[in-house]
Amino acid sequence: MQQNYNQPLEFTGLTAWIDSALKSVLPDFWVIFIQLVLVAVALLAAYAVIAMILIYVERKITAFFQARIGPNRVGPFGIFQTVADVMKILIKEIIHINRVDKFLFYTAPFFMIVASMMTFGAIPFGKGLHAVDFNIGVFYVIAVSSLGIIGVLLAGWSSNNKYSMIGAMRSGAQFVSYELSAGFALMTMVILSGTMQLSEMIETQTYCWNIFNGHISSLVAFVIYLISGHAETNRGPFDLPEAESELTAGYHTEYSGLQFGFFYLAEYLNMFIIACIAATVFLGGWLPLQIAGWDGFNQVMWYIPSYIWFFGKVGVLIFLSLWVRWSFPRLRIDQLLNLEWKYLLPINLVNLLIMVFLVLSGLTLTEIFNIR
Amino acid sequence: MRTFSEYIHDLFGGIKSLLSGLSVTWKELWTKKVTRQYPENRDTLEISERFRAELVMPHDDNNEHACTACGVCEMNCPNGTIKVISLMNETPDGKKKKALDRYVYDLGTCTFCNLCVVTCPSDAIVFSNNFENATFTRGKLVKQLNHEGSKMREKKPKPAAAAPVETAVNAPTETKAE
Repeated sequence: MQQNYNQPLEFTGLTAWIDSALKSVLPDFWVIFIQLVLVAVALLAAYAVIAMILIYVERKITAFFQARIGPNRVGPFGIFQTVADVMKILIKEIIHINRVDKFLFYTAPFFMIVASMMTFGAIPFGKGLHAVDFNIGVFYVIAVSSLGIIGVLLAGWSSNNKYSMIGAMRSGAQFVSYELSAGFALMTMVILSGTMQLSEMIETQTYCWNIFNGHISSLVAFVIYLISGHAETNRGPFDLPEAESELTAGYHTEYSGLQFGFFYLAEYLNMFIIACIAATVFLGGWLPLQIAGWDGFNQVMWYIPSYIWFFGKVGVLIFLSLWVRWSFPRLRIDQLLNLEWKYLLPINLVNLLIMVFLVLSGLTLTEIFNIR
Repeated sequence: MRTFSEYIHDLFGGIKSLLSGLSVTWKELWTKKVTRQYPENRDTLEISERFRAELVMPHDDNNEHACTACGVCEMNCPNGTIKVISLMNETPDGKKKKALDRYVYDLGTCTFCNLCVVTCPSDAIVFSNNFENATFTRGKLVKQLNHEGSKMREKKPKPAAAAPVETAVNAPTETKAE
């Protein structure tokens, strides 16, 4: 159905051209090898660039929320501020702490960065820009994004510092709790879509995004996913693991230079990844806004390339997360666990049943109005 | 034990209060930015009237100030920032009169407490808004506040304030004369 529309600005032409050009001169093994390397390089570059953009955007929006201007000295409107910061962090000394568990201390940041990198590969950024597309994509995303917590726990454990330890333990408790909610919210959407493959999930949302398709149930799942995603990334009102007033900086207190940079980068990328998954599962991923039957309108929407749509949706969600971050005060640890175990989890379980009922009795919007 | 209805009530009450919090920050997002970009906005910079940046002694067009060299400011200064150096002038009718020679003010030790201005009986000194006082040596922070060749403004009888005093003084003498 999407192939009927003119899509002038997509990357599919470029990737197909690279593929055929390589195939014409090289044997299959080398074609695949080179393509894997190319994809890895592209993802790594995107990883770094997106992190830098996110940090800049976050600082600007934070400033606007506080009636300030934000970074505005390095380059026009301060756009090179993060570049300068990255340069600085790259040339900083890595301080060696006495009596740390050296092996764990130095591997911990890599766990963080590898976990978020692996999730990053599974995100469909646009039409044809999807590196890892398993048939159990949602499971894969939940599984590998949870690996990051190992890095946090290792960092706290090996730092030889009680504040780091408490921060890591809090982070662990928080992560394990909220992972449940996030998983259940995604499962609700899996029930609605009938598939776990992210690309198929996007296909099913062509004329009716999941958030509209499952109306009440979807909306509840969406809100719960955003809250628990927020908590998983240790941000906003849930930033207990690094509560400055209590724990200095939490689990990464003892890290410096590039190692700290890794934690910092992974934190921002995790926020981005949560927003990406939410956009893919609830808001139709890279699909443009489509209305069944309005061919002219659909064509106009398709002129806007899919990656723009994707980053637009992700941008809205990230703005939402920043808005929440600068609105609410930090929760206490017992309040945090209360919210999860006494409110979100029961609501989520009931919501899951409601979604099953909606799907089985044909009460989703696509079934009611027969949109296909 | 809390009842189920209380649980539901708490839940929706919480959501409502969270939404009202969000609406407050949403409005804040669009308010005017308060940041002032100082070196660029020097021409339009607005500084509060009450800001105390530097002690000055206002002089009028005739290069005259109001300081009588009484030294009250010097006595009140908590950290010896002010030195009033006076000299004795002899008036034509033979009286000796104290006059200001040099009024030395050390910006480097001033805490801007305003006690000198408050206690000055003749309102000769004020704090100005000129805050760009950075120098490369501490010696340049020691300033002489009275201008070169300036002298004290002669007290003119103020018509509005002086009139009732005169009548009050005159009234008893008239009754005496009778």
